[in-house]
Amino acid sequence: MAIAPSSLAHPDRFASRHLGPSPADVREMLKVVGYESLDSFIDAVIPEDIRFKKPLGIPAARSERETLAALRTVAAKNQVFRSYIGMGYADCITPPVVLRNVLENPGWYTAYTPYQAEIAQGRLEALLNFQTVVSDLTGLEVANASLLDEGTAAAEAVHLTAAATTHEGPGIFLVDAGCHPQTIAVVRTRAEAVGIQVTVAEPKGFAFKPGVIGCLLQYPGTEGDIQDFKGVTEKAHAAGALVTAATDLLALTLLTPPGEWGADIAVGNSQRFGVPLGYGGPHAAFFATKDAFKRHLPGRIIGVSKDRAGRPGLRMALQTREQHIRREKATSNVCTAQVLLAVTASMYAVYHGPEGIKKIAERVHGLAAILAEAARRLGYKVGHPAFFDTVVIEGDEAKIKEIHAGARRRRINLRPLSATRLAVALDETAGVEDVEDLAQVFALGKPLPFKLEDLAAAAKPAIPAGLARTTPYLTHPVFHRHRSETEMLRYLKQLEDRDLSLTSAMIPLGSCTMKLNATTEMIPITWPEFGKLHPFAPRDQAQGYTELFRQLEEWLAEITGFARVSLQPNAGSQGEFAGLLVIRAYHRAHHQAHRTTCLIPQSAHGTNPASAVLAGMNVVVVKTDAQGNIDVADLTAKAAQHQDTLAALMVTYPSTHGVFESSIREICRVVHEHGGQVYMDGANMNAQVGLCRPGDFGADVCHLNLHKTFCIPHGGGGPGMGPIGVAPHLANYLPDHPVVPLGHTESCGTISAAPWGSPSILPISWAYIAMMGKEELADATKLAILSANYIARRLAGHFDLLYAGKNGLIAHECILDTRPFKQSAGVEVEDIAKRIIDYGFHPPTVSFPVAGTLMVEPTEREPKAELDRFCDALIAIRGEIREIEHGEADRTDNLLSNAPHPLADLLADEWKHPYARERAAFPSAATRAHKVWPTVSRIDGAFGDRNLVCVCPPIEDYQTVG
Amino acid sequence: MANVPADLSYTTEHEYVKKTGDGSVIQIGITDYAQGELGDVVYVELPKAGASFDKGAVFGTIEAVKAVSELYCPVAGTVVESNGALEQDPAAVNRDPYGAGWMIKLKVKDAGDLKALLNAAAYEKQIGK
Repeated sequence: MAIAPSSLAHPDRFASRHLGPSPADVREMLKVVGYESLDSFIDAVIPEDIRFKKPLGIPAARSERETLAALRTVAAKNQVFRSYIGMGYADCITPPVVLRNVLENPGWYTAYTPYQAEIAQGRLEALLNFQTVVSDLTGLEVANASLLDEGTAAAEAVHLTAAATTHEGPGIFLVDAGCHPQTIAVVRTRAEAVGIQVTVAEPKGFAFKPGVIGCLLQYPGTEGDIQDFKGVTEKAHAAGALVTAATDLLALTLLTPPGEWGADIAVGNSQRFGVPLGYGGPHAAFFATKDAFKRHLPGRIIGVSKDRAGRPGLRMALQTREQHIRREKATSNVCTAQVLLAVTASMYAVYHGPEGIKKIAERVHGLAAILAEAARRLGYKVGHPAFFDTVVIEGDEAKIKEIHAGARRRRINLRPLSATRLAVALDETAGVEDVEDLAQVFALGKPLPFKLEDLAAAAKPAIPAGLARTTPYLTHPVFHRHRSETEMLRYLKQLEDRDLSLTSAMIPLGSCTMKLNATTEMIPITWPEFGKLHPFAPRDQAQGYTELFRQLEEWLAEITGFARVSLQPNAGSQGEFAGLLVIRAYHRAHHQAHRTTCLIPQSAHGTNPASAVLAGMNVVVVKTDAQGNIDVADLTAKAAQHQDTLAALMVTYPSTHGVFESSIREICRVVHEHGGQVYMDGANMNAQVGLCRPGDFGADVCHLNLHKTFCIPHGGGGPGMGPIGVAPHLANYLPDHPVVPLGHTESCGTISAAPWGSPSILPISWAYIAMMGKEELADATKLAILSANYIARRLAGHFDLLYAGKNGLIAHECILDTRPFKQSAGVEVEDIAKRIIDYGFHPPTVSFPVAGTLMVEPTEREPKAELDRFCDALIAIRGEIREIEHGEADRTDNLLSNAPHPLADLLADEWKHPYARERAAFPSAATRAHKVWPTVSRIDGAFGDRNLVCVCPPIEDYQTVG
Repeated sequence: MANVPADLSYTTEHEYVKKTGDGSVIQIGITDYAQGELGDVVYVELPKAGASFDKGAVFGTIEAVKAVSELYCPVAGTVVESNGALEQDPAAVNRDPYGAGWMIKLKVKDAGDLKALLNAAAYEKQIGK
């Protein structure tokens, strides 16, 4: 018997695991859509003049096994030193029960942002716990559910300050010279973009002259020193200025919280609560403020409300603050949060409780005090007498140099401050033996003239008596009940089971691209070689990361048709902001600083205008026509009208309406002719990969949501990653970094706290591209488009479809017009969305981009059977609406108006509705086999917004409400 | 159907103007139609007494659960009183837009401005009633 050489390759191909529809499914789906072949179908969808018809210049597909092996090799090039560098990042221990059951658990990481509260009570509770941790430890009344990093959180504080204070002109903002350098750089970039002047000085010398709107203080400082800021705070308040403290949650277990000494805002990084360093991220930053400023709070806030039956229910509160509603009037453009990491940090607090966390803090502080004493006895000067975990050592130049060399030999990183000073920041992972190692490094090879145990007796705590914390924290029962691993495991599982994630059903959210997050892609992210690197570790220790970044940048550049890629922006919103700043920097370098007009189509996502305003631009809205396309005549007229000041057009492609506009080349040409640059919002890139490239058809900058198109999981509402690609003429203006220079000599500034955003999740996108390879990446795009058109075709006749491109085809998502049912049956889009939950699915996107409609994006993930199950559910719901229209069902008490139906209502002794419980509970055969049950009925949004509660309510409230 | 009282004046931006006992002072709020479109009102931000506005200037904002809208001054004038009760009870705008849900009382700068406002019939036509 002859053995064919081709049979010797392993038959398993990742693409066949990633793509939902089988070849037979594809044939069936093409029949329904009316095309002979996938290629003829794609030719009919995408305008011929923008097609990219070559194979992508990326390697051929690798198997899952080969990819993991390749990543192992890459990871092995990273060297894990003990990093005592500090600067807002501290190594920590992720409790294994949290590591495995949250961070590595698809039940948590594949969920979406909790817009559908009734099937998100689990992570909403975890986020409420997070807010409670932040609020308790900072001593401020309201906290949000996380921001992207400490630097951007501080920048958000500047925007809140500007919005909440009265002042002439943009104002002046004072920054403590003792802030982390990356925080100062991000604050400077963001403040100066809107004309706010930043002055960096020692707080003692802060002059609150007219025009000063506020200040930022670091507590403890970047060198670890603890200062009493009461005096400066009083001066600020007397002048009508606000005070922001950038702070450290672990230190606050021992220090007077900023809220108690008068700070108006507290920001920081919660990373050291159990989240790996990851060479810079992702981590959950926090933001807390006084109740008076809650309407200016950036980001998402979880609030307590109640459901129809009066049971407590959690939901995202005060959404009218956010960019997706407030658009160019928003004071923040932040969209994605860092939910997965905020949940991890909150669970660290739940697991350890206040006593456990305090003991961890006291131990770190004790070791730091011993280290300081050791340094003194070895003849060094200790820089700051008051500190928490960071000790500054001063000595002559030769000795300091020798200390760094000795530390390196022991695989320890210290923070150089100057030729004669260095800092050592201890963390939870450091023990007595590490302090002994450090003491030996300081002894420069001589034997230690003391025993560490003796020092322990002599060392004195270094927290000033006046700044010792006296108030309790984490008093809520949730922080006291889960000490055993069994209880913790059950708590995590209980919360997970309340939520619908991709592990249960399709999440067909339009514009959100909920793709498979393959296990192989996810496995490397918690490897220590990726997880335990400090962002400011010497670059020669991060050669694996350097290689990974370079390859990923090259691949993304090839996929988008751009020259260069910056991985720094931490989310799509940050990518937009960075891209626009790059454009501004380019105009400025060409003596065109007056170019600040940004054209944005009416149909754009709200983040676009918000980002433009925060980048210092003026928004001019361009009309869209009846088909939802950009009105080219209006665009041409507006471009001409503003040609002297035109900076950019922001355009989403395919459009936010899910259509490949055939005029895109023309649109780009018009903008260029009038001196503008084209910013393409890459939110819909999943319809382009391998088939057309923004860089080819006229875009100058484009951001990519790696958490959409390139498989980073949504994490229940973050992390995200929003790198930008740019054409050659913009390459030199890309973001740079003050601590790790990136070589962009005319950089637009610093966008994120870490030089490459959130490195530890980049192996996910790397693995996805590696495993799909040059051929099959395009197959994913084709099947995403086919799946959307299949759904559109199956639902035609049942629902009106809004917008289509040429040949009546859509791109990768479709909009169902549910507005007519308001008149015909008293049914709102919300009712349909909630009824979809009863059918076991996550609803599509509600009321975006058109109010009163549903937008469906299946991606390439779902097999035809699941697409059919979803279409059948929608068709069945249409039937339920018809019953109302025909008077067979009650107009106000029906399957839709009362949806979703939780078990507590379905199984109640009393059932007063005119329809059968069974229809409510099991509307389809599939739901009898499995469905995620909503744990509450519809939540009253208005009640929660009128009575904002965003920390864990007293436990008795749970018992008395309803 | 939205209630459009015949004795009030209106703007195209859905504010209404109601006469008060004082001939130079008017009461301003949003129409029944506008509150219905917004949905459950959760917050109203209003100016303090003494603030002056030009015709068409933004004098405040109104927030519902998923919408936010600016409030435009129908005529130029100076605020003599704003409805502090809305702070505790923003739902009054939904319940009783022409009564307890009023927003500001304004001393009119130029009575001639009032003539440019829509009457009830014109406003009804605008909202397609």
